[in-house]
Amino acid sequence: FRPCPIATVARRESRSHAGDSSCASLAMAEVEETLKRIQAHKGVIGTIVVNAEGIPIRTTLDNSTTVQYAGLLHQLTMKARSTVRDIDPQNDLTFLRIRSKKHEIMVAPDKEYLLIVIQNPCE
Amino acid sequence: MLDSPKSSKSSALSAKDSVKKLKIKEETKAKGSAKGKRKQLGKKDEEVDISMASMGHPEIFPLVFTGKTQEILNCRINEDITEEKPYKLLKKEDIIQDMKTRAAVSDFHPVKKIVLEYPGEELLIVLDSEFKYGQNFYLVATEEAKESFLNPPEAEEEEADTKEGTTEEYVYKPPVRKPWVSLGSEKEIEEESVNESLRKIKYMISRVRREFGSKVKFTDRNASSVKDGYIECTSYQDKNFIIKKLEKDVGAQVIPKVKEMSTQTKWTYPRNAATQYFPREFSDEEKELCLSSEDLKEFIISVFLRVEIALQQNEIMNAFFDDWKALAEDESTFGGKSDAYLKEYQSFTDLHYLKHRTVSCVCWHPTIYGIIAVSVTERLSYEERIAQSGKLLLRKSPILFWSFSDPIHPQLMLECPEDVYCFEFCPSDPNIIAGGCMNGQVVLWDISEYEEKLQNAKTGAGGSKNTAVNMPTFIQAQQSGKEPHFVRYCAVSSIEYGHKTVITDIHWLPDYFEVNRMGIAFENRIGVCVQLITCSPDCSILFWDLRAPKPTIQSSFEKAKEEKAIEAPPDVPTTFKHLDLSWRPLIKANLSKSDTSGDYSPTKISLAEEHFHYRMQDKMQYQIKPEIFGDENPYKQLRVPSAKALKILENIPTNFFVGTEDGEVIYSDWKMERESDSGRLISQKPANKYTIHDGVVRTIQRSPFFKDIILSVGGWNFAIWKEGVTSGPILQSCCSSKRYTVGHWSLSRAGVFFIGREDGNIDIWDLLEKTHEPSQTQNISISMITCIKPWIVSSKQHFLAISDNFGTLHILEISWTLSHPSSNERASVDHYFEREVKHLDYFEKRQEFRAKERRELELETQRKKTRVAGGQKSREQMEEQLNINYADFLDEEKKILTGLGLLKATDRFA
Repeated sequence: FRPCPIATVARRESRSHAGDSSCASLAMAEVEETLKRIQAHKGVIGTIVVNAEGIPIRTTLDNSTTVQYAGLLHQLTMKARSTVRDIDPQNDLTFLRIRSKKHEIMVAPDKEYLLIVIQNPCE
Repeated sequence: MLDSPKSSKSSALSAKDSVKKLKIKEETKAKGSAKGKRKQLGKKDEEVDISMASMGHPEIFPLVFTGKTQEILNCRINEDITEEKPYKLLKKEDIIQDMKTRAAVSDFHPVKKIVLEYPGEELLIVLDSEFKYGQNFYLVATEEAKESFLNPPEAEEEEADTKEGTTEEYVYKPPVRKPWVSLGSEKEIEEESVNESLRKIKYMISRVRREFGSKVKFTDRNASSVKDGYIECTSYQDKNFIIKKLEKDVGAQVIPKVKEMSTQTKWTYPRNAATQYFPREFSDEEKELCLSSEDLKEFIISVFLRVEIALQQNEIMNAFFDDWKALAEDESTFGGKSDAYLKEYQSFTDLHYLKHRTVSCVCWHPTIYGIIAVSVTERLSYEERIAQSGKLLLRKSPILFWSFSDPIHPQLMLECPEDVYCFEFCPSDPNIIAGGCMNGQVVLWDISEYEEKLQNAKTGAGGSKNTAVNMPTFIQAQQSGKEPHFVRYCAVSSIEYGHKTVITDIHWLPDYFEVNRMGIAFENRIGVCVQLITCSPDCSILFWDLRAPKPTIQSSFEKAKEEKAIEAPPDVPTTFKHLDLSWRPLIKANLSKSDTSGDYSPTKISLAEEHFHYRMQDKMQYQIKPEIFGDENPYKQLRVPSAKALKILENIPTNFFVGTEDGEVIYSDWKMERESDSGRLISQKPANKYTIHDGVVRTIQRSPFFKDIILSVGGWNFAIWKEGVTSGPILQSCCSSKRYTVGHWSLSRAGVFFIGREDGNIDIWDLLEKTHEPSQTQNISISMITCIKPWIVSSKQHFLAISDNFGTLHILEISWTLSHPSSNERASVDHYFEREVKHLDYFEKRQEFRAKERRELELETQRKKTRVAGGQKSREQMEEQLNINYADFLDEEKKILTGLGLLKATDRFA
């Protein structure tokens, strides 16, 4: 697997700069960089970053597709997360993979955001 | 006790003392009922104490029955009554009768009263043989006792039960509902209940209306100023609450639970409702803010690894690969041989147009399903042809268009100036057809007018009625008469500048490049095929450009011709009128022999860039291209663009393979070279030449799967070549018993090709199965196979068109096994070719090595020979040897002598 030294180094830097005005743009560049790396993977159709309410923040797809994916996958992820938590309250959902005939949708949830990646593996 | 418990308990509302009363009452009642009999008995005891109360059985009265009484009452001892059956029921009336008749003599006299007072109808007399109670019989005086005597086992059991009852578990018996019997308790309840006895006092307090809501004025005043102006409210103990509760009367009553319930389905009024919503979205600024937040960064970093792992997993392993399916496919390819044969689908022949004619070339229509074009030529030898040349001028051989819907009538016929030996649909526009004639002319047809007709033909005979309505009248007329329409060609090349003999092969150059006069490939701006390549055994390969030449080149003579052409019949398309009879080739490439003077005579050519439009094209794809030009046919307005503007395409290979009349396979380049001294353009010398086939090369074709693999068929064998391998073919078949006439690669399986033979058989070769003989041979026709063309309709339907020398066109369906590749067929075929190349290399090296070895061996033997021969030298040799020895001796002597100074250098010869 490809290691990600750039990301860890950059994180340390940005922490030391916390509160700095240049921090915001730095963080943004880093986010862009990471997302670009995901997008560069073979067969990746699109990546969407969605906030906790299901509102898309950043996308590489067109508007209508993004809105649809964001809305539906946000609901599904919330349902999946509550399922996991209901079974064991100390557990939490870390990743959701949906395999379909045509492609695979990966959802990486966190407290405040969701990252949705759509990949067509057999491209 | 007779009072039902329900009713006794119904006095829940009753007052305290009523319960007391009840209790007492009940007690007395119970006592009374329990001792009811004792009372009666007690009475009797007072009179005659004959009962066995003293023995604990007050209900038993011993009696003496005399023999007479026994007789009367049918209870004689040991006859009517035995010890085993000591009981006898006597009717009360009988006894009374007996007492009446015999009076005091009656044995029943002592118990007269008991008998009279007995409640039942029958009395029980028991034989007391043991004289337990002192007499021979006894009377049971109560009904209960009688019952217990008559059913003694039960009584015993009951006793046992009661004894064991203490250990047995208590079984709950639900209370049984009984009707309520009034015993007067209701009166008590009534007494206990409190009724309103006094009339209610009514008060009416009124106030004047206007005073309602009027403002109240509070003022301060001195409490002592007015009497009673101050009332103190001191706390005191309320005596009502210090009464001691001495007794409490509580009643409880069981009542069935009463519940009130109701159900009602709500009726909702159906109403049309619509909700419109739009997704919430952030504005750009908000997005920016979110994106630049530290949170998001943290999130992305934490999530990145997980996502990447998942993505890489998918890249590493295809989760959608169906192993099972792949497995099954492999099995099927090795298994069923049964359905591997070609199945006859349809065959076409025409008695009129195909009489004495043979099919020279077959082409599937690139876009319309089930349309196939066939060119026919006279089936004559050269001599016969010359002999009948005058007659032949009158009957021209057409190109026929067959449709699957009509096996008898051709759909369309293209008129040819001469017999056409090869033709091809234009890859960019299927309505343009280029053909090569017997006399060396190139012919062009434009069938755009008839496209609709061909389209309709595919719908089948049933649909022809409907389509006929929309058609122009002349076509309609033809259709009704089933007379195919003749389409005139729209252009032929000039006779002077074209080929001298029959054109044996024609190809369209691909639409992405074009060549100039130097043979250098340029980009093709229009994206439409405009150039043709033809080859003929007259030792030349010609390139043709469809576009109108620059007007300056046109001579007045040609102009005149053009004018003439305009006057041509109106139904001839004017698409290529600018070319008619004046069309000259762009390049003329010769294949000169390298060793001797003279040229090769090519019959078939295969370019590096070739079309395989044997597949149903996407309709869309086909329709998009003409749109660039609008509705007009692009071929009507083609002009040669200025060469300067075009970009040279370096990566277009200009090499080609050519098969010749003499069975050679030649690899060459069409790029022209300038001769160093004269500056004239000459074509390059062929790079490689191999003589493999022992007859005319009939087919030379690139594999649709591998660009560098070429199949050549000619004479009695075929060969497979790899571009770049110069030492020879990578596979060469042995000579077959019958001549091979044609060959074609399979379009769907990389290792399969079909070869037609002169005896009408088709050899199907599967390189993965065997390479020394065809995997199967199938007879198609009785005459020579002239052309094979496969076509893929859909993934399920693959056709093979095979034409024979008698002009019949057979359409065969390729079976599943022959049309569907196994999972990694391409790779294994590629591997096979690679192995063959290696084998070839090895073979070559080995040959060199062997040659060297042989040479060495020869030298060795030579040397040996000389050594062995030393003992028996010939006389001459011996003499020679002696002379040499003598000369040596003389030299030696001279040296010594000069060394000694005895001899001077000149002396010897002096």
